[in-house]
Amino acid sequence: MELEAVIGLEVHVQLGTRSKLFCACSAEFGGTPNSRICPICTGQPGVLPVLNREALRLAVLAGHALHCTIRTHTKFDRKNYFYPDLPKGYQISQFDQPIAYHGDLEFQMDDGTPRRAGITRAHLEEDAGKAVHPEGATISLVDLNRAGIPLIEIVGEPDLRSPAEAGAYLTALRRTLRYARVSECDMEKGSMRCDANVSIRTSGSERLGTKVEVKNMNSIRNVEHALAFEIERQKNLLLAGECIIQETRSFRDADGTTVRMRVKEQADDYRYFPDPDLPLFELDPSWIESIRRLLPESYRERRRRYEKDLALSDYDAEVLTEDREVSDWFEKVLAEGVAPKVAANWVQGEILAHLNATAAPIGTLRIGPRDLAELLSMVDAGELSQLAAKKVLKEMLSAGGRARDCAQSLDLLQMRDSSELNAIVDQVLREDPKTVADYQGGKKSAINGLIGKVMRASRGKGDPQVIKQLLAERLGG
Amino acid sequence: MLDIAEDSLARIEDLDPGVHAFLHVDRDHVLAQARAIDSRVKSGDREGALLGVPVAIKDNLCIAGLPTTCASRILEGYRPTYDATVVERLRAAGALLIGKTNLDEYAMGASTENSAWFPTRNPHDLKRVAGGSSGGSAAAIASGMALCALGSDTGGSVRQPASFCGLTGLRPTYGLVSRYGLVAFASSLDQVGPLALNAEDTEILLSVIAGPDARDSTCRTRPLAEYRRDLPGLRGVRIGAPPQYESDAIDRPVRQAMARLRAALEEAGAEFVRVDLPLTDYAIPTYYLVVTSEASSNLARFDGVRYGPRSEGADLADLYRRTRGRGFGDEVKRRIMLGTFALSSGYYDAYYKKALQVRQMIAREFDAAFSKVDFILGPTAPTPAFNIGEKSSDPLQLYLCDVFTAPSSLAGIPGLSVPVGFTESRLPIGAQILGPPGSDFRILRLARDVERLLGIENRPAEVSRGA
Repeated sequence: MELEAVIGLEVHVQLGTRSKLFCACSAEFGGTPNSRICPICTGQPGVLPVLNREALRLAVLAGHALHCTIRTHTKFDRKNYFYPDLPKGYQISQFDQPIAYHGDLEFQMDDGTPRRAGITRAHLEEDAGKAVHPEGATISLVDLNRAGIPLIEIVGEPDLRSPAEAGAYLTALRRTLRYARVSECDMEKGSMRCDANVSIRTSGSERLGTKVEVKNMNSIRNVEHALAFEIERQKNLLLAGECIIQETRSFRDADGTTVRMRVKEQADDYRYFPDPDLPLFELDPSWIESIRRLLPESYRERRRRYEKDLALSDYDAEVLTEDREVSDWFEKVLAEGVAPKVAANWVQGEILAHLNATAAPIGTLRIGPRDLAELLSMVDAGELSQLAAKKVLKEMLSAGGRARDCAQSLDLLQMRDSSELNAIVDQVLREDPKTVADYQGGKKSAINGLIGKVMRASRGKGDPQVIKQLLAERLGG
Repeated sequence: MLDIAEDSLARIEDLDPGVHAFLHVDRDHVLAQARAIDSRVKSGDREGALLGVPVAIKDNLCIAGLPTTCASRILEGYRPTYDATVVERLRAAGALLIGKTNLDEYAMGASTENSAWFPTRNPHDLKRVAGGSSGGSAAAIASGMALCALGSDTGGSVRQPASFCGLTGLRPTYGLVSRYGLVAFASSLDQVGPLALNAEDTEILLSVIAGPDARDSTCRTRPLAEYRRDLPGLRGVRIGAPPQYESDAIDRPVRQAMARLRAALEEAGAEFVRVDLPLTDYAIPTYYLVVTSEASSNLARFDGVRYGPRSEGADLADLYRRTRGRGFGDEVKRRIMLGTFALSSGYYDAYYKKALQVRQMIAREFDAAFSKVDFILGPTAPTPAFNIGEKSSDPLQLYLCDVFTAPSSLAGIPGLSVPVGFTESRLPIGAQILGPPGSDFRILRLARDVERLLGIENRPAEVSRGA
């Protein structure tokens, strides 16, 4: 009996708005506990929610990016439950009319195999606060900075079959939403959170097995680890003739296992009902369409364009599209007229190496795409050798400044002025009559030694082609 | 203004021990306001429709820094950090906020007997209730302790106490007045409403508090001025008299007062037209399903975690149980349980969803009626003020107080109670005028005509002291 895993992911993504979903408080991550709060997001008596339109726009944008149908009539519902981090005793969410539904996500496995998974729905909701239980203390603390931050919950179809597929799906989802500028999708900061539903069934069967929900995975790798453990655990139980219990389990980073949180004896009853404090929202189809038209090129489209139109290698196209900001930066270098292959080499070589070494985002670079383009145009014009250009770039990246200024201050500009080079050439010829004689005696390769000497004497600033030409003129023939 | 403030405070000190209209009167806060208004006037600013007018505020409306308890132990000691929109607007108009008035806990009731502290007494007869849930606001005006007041009306909580206390009280069109800062009972029905001795004062108060508010998404966005156009006179006005508002269950003095009112209006040129509102019978069950459902969710935030007294427990669930068990009164608990049940999966369709459907049908029924008539007229309540304790043992009896006021609440239309007479024992009787959405100022115009036609003097009752 062949067993297969069936995996569906529920991903919460924080929308990149400046303020919270229903009040004007800052939606920034972190902050001193309870410093980003107001009567509304702390659920004081008498307050009312007012929808953040930017959050609505980003949710529609996310829906488009995931090829969803966008609802023209949408509403908010209350999900009622008691917990200290939930100030109102209910969460404002969307129950039966999610803003977006019926979409899909295409992704690629490591070996390049294409895959596709369905998106059931994506709905808008507010985040809860954070309950903290200090070690050893008999009290709990509540931080409401996060309460009311806008989220979309993206519910995926149970179309995934392995931890690797789940990882590739999440990577693609993150990249898609980052490209659309919907969210930072930073799992460590919690701006992207993932719960996984896993069940096991006989391969090819239509029926789903009993599902287990796994929580508390704070990286894509952890999701893969948790799923791998969970699939193994369930398969072993089934092979031993035991039943799977419907439960919620928590991933333990320390040993890569999952442990029981709670058993679901019956479905939770959240007593959803339409929030009477918010009106029904009617979205103008032309507004929805205008957002779709503004949807930026996806990373997949961009990657294809790099391969086809710019004739970049698979590898270059992949590396350069991984991060939207890097890719945009690269495109600005192109816009300055730099040849694609050259720009690709320098961006994915020198620039990315620098970013990796400093673990900094591209936005913090001390130079802009124009500066790199200027540097490369100097190489193109023969003013800098490749080697010198790398030195100049290093200086530019560490100290800032324009390419020409750096090249000058490092004294790396090639000697285009032949009078200076001529003087050096003459000197070398004077000091090495033996090699001159060799050359004139027919040993043409002797000229390379002379070129090397001139290069050294000019401390690398002479263009070898120019030097060769000057020498040839002097030596006649 | 200092003298007005002192007078009001003296009158409260004198009379309130017998009436129990107020939950909190902060002498320093009142005098500070009076001084601020004085200096505002001295600086030449005499704007403000309510300059120096003592206004009482129902204790489910937030005033920054003053206690707001909703007459519930679970909010004992709670002081909001912000002003309700209506309070902000009263301040801007120069009003003197003299105190927070008693109510049925969380506005759940029709007699102000459900207050966690004490029932409010009717200034016309201290043995009787002032009505509810805005009973404190009504009694404050009827005893002359305030010139006007704000209440809130979910199913009749402004209109019925106005009727019991001989006042004019308006439930505005849903969304005409901001709910921001009104502690929610049933969000889709709650409306802040003005009470005063006469229609003119009521209108002034409405003009101050009404109008769009960006902080309340359910607020109407149409500018207030547009609601005040084309107010018709009495001649040719068509008034609907539904048979459902004329049952034998209505007290005889109330029926007699209604008959006199009708005769006077017909005399003045109004035309009475029969309209039928057969769904009236379904209004009470529908109303109680909707309000209890919403209340069960609205009251979830009172958990002792962030504000209000907390009863510690063995664990979290225990903390909630004890805090809410001790903090809420019986009626509130009853409604939370009813609402929780009505929203439960498996029952939602049969109760809450069905109630919403009936609610829409009721609204359409009113729509149809208003295609034939300008107003609908009937008694505000089946009886005048009843005795304290008379109905408190039977919640269902109290629920039936809302029989004429709940239907219009469900439909979101405006309704006003206007005094139309007294019983033999000098208890006030009120008539209810209903109009289509947005007809608030037209209703107030008709109420003025009614006052003029009936010649009823609207002044505070003679309160016997310290009863």
